[in-house]
Amino acid sequence: MGSTEMISTEINLGGMDLNLEKKIERLTLLLRLDGELDMHTASMVRQAIDIEIEKRGIRRVILNLQGVQFVDSSGLGVILGRYKKLLPLGGKLKITNVPPHIYKIMELSGLPKIINFYLDEAHAYEEGRGA
Amino acid sequence: MKTNQLILTFSSISENVGITRLLIASVGAQLDLSLNDIEELKVAVSEAVSNAIIHGYKNDPNHIVYLDLEITGDTLKIVVKDEGCGISDVEQAMQPAYSTDPERMGLGFVFMQSFMDELQVDSALEVGTTVTMIKHLKQTPTASH
Repeated sequence: MGSTEMISTEINLGGMDLNLEKKIERLTLLLRLDGELDMHTASMVRQAIDIEIEKRGIRRVILNLQGVQFVDSSGLGVILGRYKKLLPLGGKLKITNVPPHIYKIMELSGLPKIINFYLDEAHAYEEGRGA
Repeated sequence: MKTNQLILTFSSISENVGITRLLIASVGAQLDLSLNDIEELKVAVSEAVSNAIIHGYKNDPNHIVYLDLEITGDTLKIVVKDEGCGISDVEQAMQPAYSTDPERMGLGFVFMQSFMDELQVDSALEVGTTVTMIKHLKQTPTASH
C-alpha cells in the first residue's frame, strides 16, 4: 500500500516524438516510453529520471520500452548512464517489455549483460521486493 | 539498372536526426528492402548524423550537415558529411567502446559497421568528417546477372 502518486508527462516533438508516462510508487519510478529514443529525446529521458533520483531519492527505476519504435547508441547511452548513476547509490534499473527489433540492437551493444530485463512490469516489481 | 540520388542539407540540430531516418526508411521501402534491413539502415544513418552534430559540430546548431543517398544498380551509398572539428585519430575513434562522453556507449561506428557492408571514414582536423557507407542490395530471385 503506502502512498501512490501518479504523474503523467507528455512531451510532443512533432513527428519524431517520445511520450513519457511516469508513475511513482514509494521509491520506485516506473517510466513508460512511447516513441523514438535517439539523441534528440535522450536528454528528456535523462532529465525525467535524474530529477526523481536527486529530488525524491528514487532508487529503483523500471523502464517499460513497449512503445519504443527506434533506439540507437544515444538512446542506449542514456539507459546505461542511468544504470551507472543508480549503481553507487545502491539503486537498480530494470527494463521491461522490450520489442524484438529493439532487443536486437540492445543485444549487439551488450546491454542485456549489464542490466536486468523482465517480461513485464509485474515481474520487475516482484523481483527484489519479497527478500 | 535503377539509379536514384537524394541530397539533403540540414541544420545541425537534433530534431533533424529523425527526419534523416524517415528519408532513408522511405528510400528503403522504395527499394523493396525488408523491414529488418530498413531498421538497420535507420540506425546506421542515425549514428552517422548524430556523430556529425554531437562530435563534428559539438552540438552547435549553426552548422550544416550533408546527407547524400545514391542508388546505382544494386548498391546503396550513404554519405554523411560535416565541416566540423574532425577526428584526430580515426582508427581509435572507430574502436568499440571508444567515447569522449561517459553517457555515450561508443557504439556509433560499431552499429554502422555491423549494419552496412562497407564503411569508410575520412577526416581532417578543422576540415571535417565524411562517413561513406555502402549497402549491397540483395538481388531478387528473378534477377538475372
